[in-house]
Amino acid sequence: MELVLTHEQEDLRATVRKFLRAESPMTKVRAVVDGERDHDPALWRRLAGELGLVGLTIPEKYDGVGATQVERSVVLEEMGRALLPAPYLSTALAVDTLLALDDEPARAELLPPIAAGELLATVAIAEDSSRWRTTDTRTIATPDPDGWRLTGSKNLVLDGATADVLIVLANSPEGPAFFRVAGIASGLTRTPLVSLDPTRRFARVDLNETPAIRLNATDPVAALERIADLAALGLAAESLGVLAATVEMAVDYAKVRVQFGRYIGSYQAVKHLCVDSYVDYELAVSVLRNAAWAADHDPAEFRLAAANARVSVLPAAFRAAARNIQVHGGIGYTWEHDAHLYYKRAKANELLLGNGVSARVTLADRLGI
Amino acid sequence: MVDADQQGREFRARAREWLTANVPAQDTDDLGVAKRFQAAMHEAGFAGITWPAAYGGAGLGEPAQLAFNDAAKDFDLPTRPFIIGMGMCGPTIVDLGTEEQKSRYLPPLLRGEEIWCQLFSEPGAGSDVASLQTRAVRDGDEWVLDGQKVWTTLAHLADFGAVLARTDPDVPKHQGLTMFIVDMHAPGVEVRPLRDMTGRAPFNEVFFGNVRLGADSVIGTVGEGWRAAVVMLGHERVSIGTTVARRSDPLAFEVLAADARANGLLDDQAVRTELAELYSRQRALQLFTARLRQEANAGNPPGARGSVAKLVGALNSAFAVDVAGTVGGPSALAADADDQHAIERAVAMNGAPSAAIAGGTNEIQRNIIGERVLGLAKEPSVDRDVPFRELKVGTQRAE
Repeated sequence: MELVLTHEQEDLRATVRKFLRAESPMTKVRAVVDGERDHDPALWRRLAGELGLVGLTIPEKYDGVGATQVERSVVLEEMGRALLPAPYLSTALAVDTLLALDDEPARAELLPPIAAGELLATVAIAEDSSRWRTTDTRTIATPDPDGWRLTGSKNLVLDGATADVLIVLANSPEGPAFFRVAGIASGLTRTPLVSLDPTRRFARVDLNETPAIRLNATDPVAALERIADLAALGLAAESLGVLAATVEMAVDYAKVRVQFGRYIGSYQAVKHLCVDSYVDYELAVSVLRNAAWAADHDPAEFRLAAANARVSVLPAAFRAAARNIQVHGGIGYTWEHDAHLYYKRAKANELLLGNGVSARVTLADRLGI
Repeated sequence: MVDADQQGREFRARAREWLTANVPAQDTDDLGVAKRFQAAMHEAGFAGITWPAAYGGAGLGEPAQLAFNDAAKDFDLPTRPFIIGMGMCGPTIVDLGTEEQKSRYLPPLLRGEEIWCQLFSEPGAGSDVASLQTRAVRDGDEWVLDGQKVWTTLAHLADFGAVLARTDPDVPKHQGLTMFIVDMHAPGVEVRPLRDMTGRAPFNEVFFGNVRLGADSVIGTVGEGWRAAVVMLGHERVSIGTTVARRSDPLAFEVLAADARANGLLDDQAVRTELAELYSRQRALQLFTARLRQEANAGNPPGARGSVAKLVGALNSAFAVDVAGTVGGPSALAADADDQHAIERAVAMNGAPSAAIAGGTNEIQRNIIGERVLGLAKEPSVDRDVPFRELKVGTQRAE
């Protein structure tokens, strides 16, 4: 396993960090938080075209970059650090899904425009249990002379109100299957939800006899597991960026804030809060690098490592984000300060694939206990 | 340039081959086995890998040591009596010792003929070692040593010790210390076993009463004992970082998961999630130490980040005690006298607090990480510039 980034991967990180600092500063994040827009389409085109990030893991034959999950993790870390309000994770998960399934025509049709930043895609997997399991799927797919019709309700669909294409998990007469649904399809109702995390956009997607095209898959259940594991990895990478940012914010503040005549970081009570977050960070980096490496190199290890990333990294980021507010004290609790945005993103990432108990149960299942 | 990776691989392969052929199959605490094994390891060129060849070392670089450590992590080496000598005292003599000290002490240590201990901690000086009260007073060319040390690993077996003593109480505490070599068989040295809370006695108390030390017993310079101690503790951190946990740890996830299975507890979702959490924490620490190793191999030594591993290991042990209680069934509370597994588990459960104290408490580790890694301000020091004589030390009664 490779737990240390290469020089090229560090260069990628530096490039993305510099770009996001310049082009997506907190003032722009705040525009999304305040509801002025869902994301910045001009920025999205540059992420896709100028930086090639949208097609990062798309193979070169579909006009992508053909990079590995390690590179994508690095990019997602930086996006987490910047709290970038863009439909990147949703699109990335749609790419993962197309690559995990076996539908060559769909790949050839959808991946090039996704890579070019011209097509926004997302996945609609979860329903009311919020877990990504075929056994929790109630949406029904029925054959139709022109294809398929879907009826049901999908919950917590990331960027579900704005995506041009949705990849939907539903039960067909032959068992669970994946379908593509156009954002403008008939019988599709997309309801924006009020998110715990105002830098994210979620929607409920109701399908009523909605026309759909089935995506060819030899083993949809195995594909869903792979997709959910890559989603866990992606969320953990973002949360690692959140974690890193909150450690730095807390430490920087503890070095300049004076109370009782001393820098607050000199008090063990405050110093140790900062250290506990830093320790969380060091462990999270280690867990994440292993999982990202395993995603492309060691399928058996990846099943464990992805489940462990959910258990380990996602709550660690929330702990660090909460400690960051505590180190800041009153100012950290204000709307004006950015600390709350990290706190909210960390908790939202923790819950997107199901709650913490479900994360530990999944890990236990994979451990064979 | 010869391919360094290639050399490392060859050294690792040679070490693995030798260890496979020579490490006793049954892990043992037998002293004779330990001495013979240490001698054989020296003969094969795997003892003192980075020590100078002039004193019996192999004279190789750090990468060879790392390659050996990597090979050794799959074995239980029976070298525990030499851990302090090889890991701390020997390297400090290499760094600071006189020509005579190096020639006299290093070769027998490498050959497994002499055992060493380290004498820093005192009842009044734990985290604050520099406040120690054992004193060495000049008498002509010689010194006279009086005082008490505690938590001394291996003192009951040791031939020599590296002792830190106060030689000048009229200067601030860090400035008045000197490190000496003490003959543990000399008149006036008394070693008493110290029972810890597990009921075992792996440590000792050591009492010095009018023990005479020769002028040639000073390690480094008189009055610069703190510097010598820092050098030695630096070697300790490296040796803790490179010592690999014994495979048969009763608090390891695999062992506790097997306990849960044996006790029919895996139908309970709460038990399963607790075990999953334990796996997650232990796995994260494994991956962190593996990452530090990869960084070290690439030329970035861990420095004070090694304290993260020490701290997390202690926190994980404390958590594992709770899991052990959960999965152990009735035998976690009371077991038949011949239930070796349950008794080893009980010892490990009762021994967990030591991980958070020995080698620097969790609080001291957090201070080290906070100040040296994160660059946070130190607490103001009230004792740094005050003559030691005027300080409060250890446990005081309220006035």
